[in-house]
Order: sequence, then C-alpha cells, then structure tokens
Amino acid sequence: MSDTVHKSRTIQVDCLARVEGEGALFVKLKGDRVTDVKLKIFEPPRLFEAFLRGRHFSEAPDIAARICGICPIAYQMSAVHAIERALGVRVDPAVRLLRRLFYCGEWIESHALHVFMLHAPDFLGYPDAIQMARDRRDLVETGLRLKKIGNRIVTLMGGREIHPVSVAVGGFYRVPCEAELRTLAEDLKWALDASLATARVVAGFDFPDFEQDYEFVALSHPEEYPFNEGRLVSNRGLDINVTEYEDHFVEQHVKHSNALHSLIRVRGSYMVGPLARFNLNFAQLPEVAQQAARECGLAVPCRNPFRSIVVRAVETVFACWEALRIINTYERPARPRADVPVHAGIGSAATEAPRGTLYHRYSIDEQGLIRFAKIVPPTSQNQKRIEEDLWHFAGQLASRPTDEVTWKCEQAVRNYDPCISCATHFLRLQVERE
Amino acid sequence: MNSNGRVKPKIGVFKFASCDGCQLSLLDAEDELLPVAGAVDIAYFPEASRAMLKGPYDIGLVEGSITTHHDAERIQQVRRQCRMLITIGACATAGGIQALRNSQDVDEFVRVVYATPQYITTLKLSTPIAEHVPVDFELRGCPINKSHLVELITATLAGRKPNIPTYSVCLECKRRGNVCIAVGQGVACLGPVTEAGCGAICPSFNRGCYGCYGPMESPNTASLTNQFRILGQSDEQIARAFRGFNAWAWQFRKASEECQRP
Repeated sequence: MSDTVHKSRTIQVDCLARVEGEGALFVKLKGDRVTDVKLKIFEPPRLFEAFLRGRHFSEAPDIAARICGICPIAYQMSAVHAIERALGVRVDPAVRLLRRLFYCGEWIESHALHVFMLHAPDFLGYPDAIQMARDRRDLVETGLRLKKIGNRIVTLMGGREIHPVSVAVGGFYRVPCEAELRTLAEDLKWALDASLATARVVAGFDFPDFEQDYEFVALSHPEEYPFNEGRLVSNRGLDINVTEYEDHFVEQHVKHSNALHSLIRVRGSYMVGPLARFNLNFAQLPEVAQQAARECGLAVPCRNPFRSIVVRAVETVFACWEALRIINTYERPARPRADVPVHAGIGSAATEAPRGTLYHRYSIDEQGLIRFAKIVPPTSQNQKRIEEDLWHFAGQLASRPTDEVTWKCEQAVRNYDPCISCATHFLRLQVERE
Repeated sequence: MNSNGRVKPKIGVFKFASCDGCQLSLLDAEDELLPVAGAVDIAYFPEASRAMLKGPYDIGLVEGSITTHHDAERIQQVRRQCRMLITIGACATAGGIQALRNSQDVDEFVRVVYATPQYITTLKLSTPIAEHVPVDFELRGCPINKSHLVELITATLAGRKPNIPTYSVCLECKRRGNVCIAVGQGVACLGPVTEAGCGAICPSFNRGCYGCYGPMESPNTASLTNQFRILGQSDEQIARAFRGFNAWAWQFRKASEECQRP
C-alpha cells in the first residue's frame, strides 16, 4: 500500500468496456494528486454532418439514425423536429403523442441495457452481465425482459428495434391503430412493476461518497417530463429557446479526441442526461415515479453521479407509466403525416435522448436539399464533465491499488452511459502514476 | 467447458467504424442471449464486458468499415487471431453510410465537421473488411437481422451452411401479403434489387424499400432505373437512392454512376 501512496503511477485501460463505441482513458497520478486526465475518443470520424449535405430532407431521419445503433430514435426525433421547424410544419396532436410513446420505448430499452447489462456489474463486482447471471440470474432475466418490452414498443411502431423505418418529416409513414397499441398493455403493466422493483434493488447498491457542484442542463416543459419539446434550462439560470442554443453553447476541438467538447460559453462544462433531467424536472414526474424516487432516497438535487443508475430506474418507471397513459388515451390520427411544403428554411431542435440532450440544426434550400447540418450529441456535451469528475474522483482513490483505481475510474465514466459512436463526430482507460 | 465437458468455442466481437447497432443485435436477442452465452465462450466483447480474453478465437464477428490507417493494420491482427471471420452489417460488408465520402473530397468533409482538421487522420475511402482480409461469411443489413445472427452462429457451430436468403425483398413482401407499393401507389422502391432479410418492413409501413440490405445476388439495376424514370424520378433522385447505406457495394455504385453520366 505504501508503494502506491508515494510512487507515481499511470493507470491505463486501452479499451474501455461496456460503453458504446471506442475510447480510452488516461489518468496520471503523483502520490494522491491527479496530474492529468484525458478521455480519448478514437472511434474513427464518420463525418455525418458533411454527407448530410445535398441529401433531401426526407432522407435525414434515416441517415441521422445511423449515427447511433443504441439511440436511433433520438436522432430521428431531433432531425424531424428541426426540419419541421425549418419548413413550418405543424404535426397532429395524436402524432405528437405517438412520438412520445416511441421515445418511451427507446428510453426503456436503452435504460434497461445500461442499468442491468452495463452499469450494475460494476456495483456487484462482475466483469459483465453474463458472469453476473451465474449468481444473479433473476436480475439479468428481469433486465432482459424489460429491455425486450422497450424494444417491443419500438418494433410495433417502427418495424424493427434498431434503425426503425416509420419516422417521417410531418409524422409517420404508418401509424398503429388503437387495438395494436393495446396489445402492449399487459407487458407494460409488468414492466412498471418490474422497474419499481429495480429502483429498490439498485438503490441498495454501495455508492462512493462523491458529489460535485454540477451545472445541469435539460429540456423542461411546464406539464410534461421532457422528450421532444420544451425550453433548455439549467440550475444556474439558463432558460432559453432551443433556437438560441448556439449563442450559449460552443464546441471545442481538442487534440486527444475525435469528438468535439461542448461547453457553455460563459461558464464551461455542464452535465446532460438522466441526473440533469431528474433534478430540473422532478415536479413533472408522475406521482408513482416521485414516490419511487423518495423511497430510493433520491433528493433534488442529486449530485452523486454514481446514483444515476437509480435515476435511470426511476426514469424507466416514468417511461412505462407514460407509455400506458398514451396507449389508454390514443386515438388514431386521421392522416399519418402532415403535408410538408418544400421551400428554403433553417430550423433547429433539441430532444432528450436516453443519455441527454441532442441538438440538431439544418439549413434547407428551395429544392428541399440540405445545405448545412449541425449535430451536437449528448456525449460531446458530457465529455468535459466526465474528465472533471475523474480529476476529483481519482484523487480520492489514490491510496488504493492500481486495479481498483482502474475499475472505479471506468465506473465513473460509465455513470454517464457515454455513447462514443455518437460523439464521434470516444474509451480506452489509462491511469498513469508519475 | 460446458456441461458435456467439451471446450466451448471462443467468440470475439470486434468493432471498426460503425454505429454499434449490429453488435447490439446480439444483446437485443433477449431470449437467446443467455442460452447462446451458455453454449459459447464470449471471450472478447468490449461493448458488453470488461473481461477481454486474448485470442485465438474460433469465430470472430466484425462490425464496421475500415477508415483509418490504424484500423487497416488492426483488421490484419484480428484476421490472424480468428479461425473463422464473419462480417456483420452494411459497414463491414459494403463500407456503410460513411462510404459516401468515397466519391467526394474527404479533406473537405473533415474541414466541415472539425475546427482543427490537422488533429484528424482518416483514409480517403471507407472500405468493407473483405477488401483487406479474406472473409468466411458476410451477413448483410443496416442493421443485421438478429435472428439471422443467431442462425449463423448456430449453423457455424454445427458445421452446416446457414439458412440466410439471397433473393430479393420482393419475395418477402409477397409472402407478407403486401400489395406492391411500386405498382399500386407508384412509389419508388428498391425492393426488386435489394437482398431480403429485413422482412420487407418498409413496404409494410407504406414506404419504398431504401436498400439497407444491399444488392441481392443478381440485381437488374438498369431495369429498375428505367422504372424509376417512368415514375417521374430525376437522375439525381435515382443516384441518391442507390447512394445510401450500401453506396460502395459495386452493383449500387455502378447504378448510381450510370445515372450521372452526361
């Protein structure tokens, strides 16, 4: 032990696991002092914003979906809302509800994947969910069934789990009838109970004593927990229309990463995602989710990023509840999508992907071709904040053996459910002791 | 070892330039995941596990296309470690959506996306795995069909040929009982030239197939191009239709180039 206190070490993970996409983490320690942290994204650049140019606006939702296989619906939603604003399209209220239901499916699927398969093994000391299943088969089976129910919503509405095909500018190519949606009810009732039980299980995990004074950023809507609509707000006074996003946020290109860092122009790093949404929108959660949060000991604001696993479970409770509410009140719209006039225009939109706010802006010409596209994924926005967490967290761990420091640092990164494929436009872990 | 006392085959999952969707298909096979994990040793799968066992592997599943010098070298190492190499998805089998750079100025693309282009190193072309190393089986689709992946792993372990279609989307569409969207509604549909496997979902959702499974075995793209013209599509629209998620597959590449010839 005395070894690790006085020597310098480099802790290094060359390929960070249980995150989507490829990245490395580099942490340099001198005694108990952290001297360098770099989150390296080496996922190859895929250049989406460049090849969206010259494509017809109707192709944008399908192309943008390919940025991420884990949260394609988020990309489709931000794309269609931005384009609808550019072209002045108003969607049917029933279509708006269906888009919320579609997002519920993605949140349930993505949160179940992260809570059970990617994050829980860290807390219970397993390298992955498959090893975990040897001792905790019930837990893994619950996770898989929840995930499957999220995917059922997506498949029913979009034809398949990954890169669904139904989303169109103005609405959907096809909308389900009431009876089709009602087939989801029994599964969703089970999922609501299972997610409530999950929240209680994960709330019992051991959480490191670690809190940071974050600036949380999320969409906020007066009546609803946010998916597709709302103002962009923070706990430090930010309260803007999404059209003003680029006046307040700036992207920085740093040498060690193929992803751009996004910062608040006047204050620097910030956090998006479940913790931010929960802290800024607790009042809009239904009573069942608020009650679950209270039982789990979650108070607003929650500043411990390791507790994000509990918040994801509470958001899963919300998503199941919301999905049930929608299928109970749904009436099929007269037409699956609105007419879309073709003219030049510029439009921007932000929606809440499972891992945080996703911003798109498009400029469209008079033929309907995209002239310019800008996409800011949630992981780009969290990247600087993840590095800052590690500056503080790795220092607390300095007296611990290298293997333990490494695993805990990885876990601290996974708190954010980073999606590296998205951010490349990300993780190997390397902790160096000097 | 499994319950029969035999050594379980080792599987490795490797990622190159991609969206992660195809390897996620393995985790999305919720009903089959634990039984599959019982029958094989998932030795290397960073998206799912921090335990990364060294090769060699009996089966290597490769997702993504080659777009950097580093990846062009890495695929050689991966090939040497895998007895059988299977590529999964449109990126690995055809270069993927990122192959849209192949007919364009990639340096200009990098300047559009990144403020400091000199920090970025990328190849001029996004290429499928088979352009770099011998591949034992290609599973198409953007994304792949998860039941095909389970069938492919099962067949490979049993030493038989996998039951994966090579005919066109039209056959699946007929079997589904759809009224032809191209004939009935005059919608431009790539179904006649696209490999089956998705279950003809786009026509079932009232839209034309957009070719995400890539070209079928012997596609008559010239005839379809004519049909698109009859439906009133401009050459630019037709070229864009072939320049999707399988733009670098040679049959689609040729078809799009022919539309743009003066």
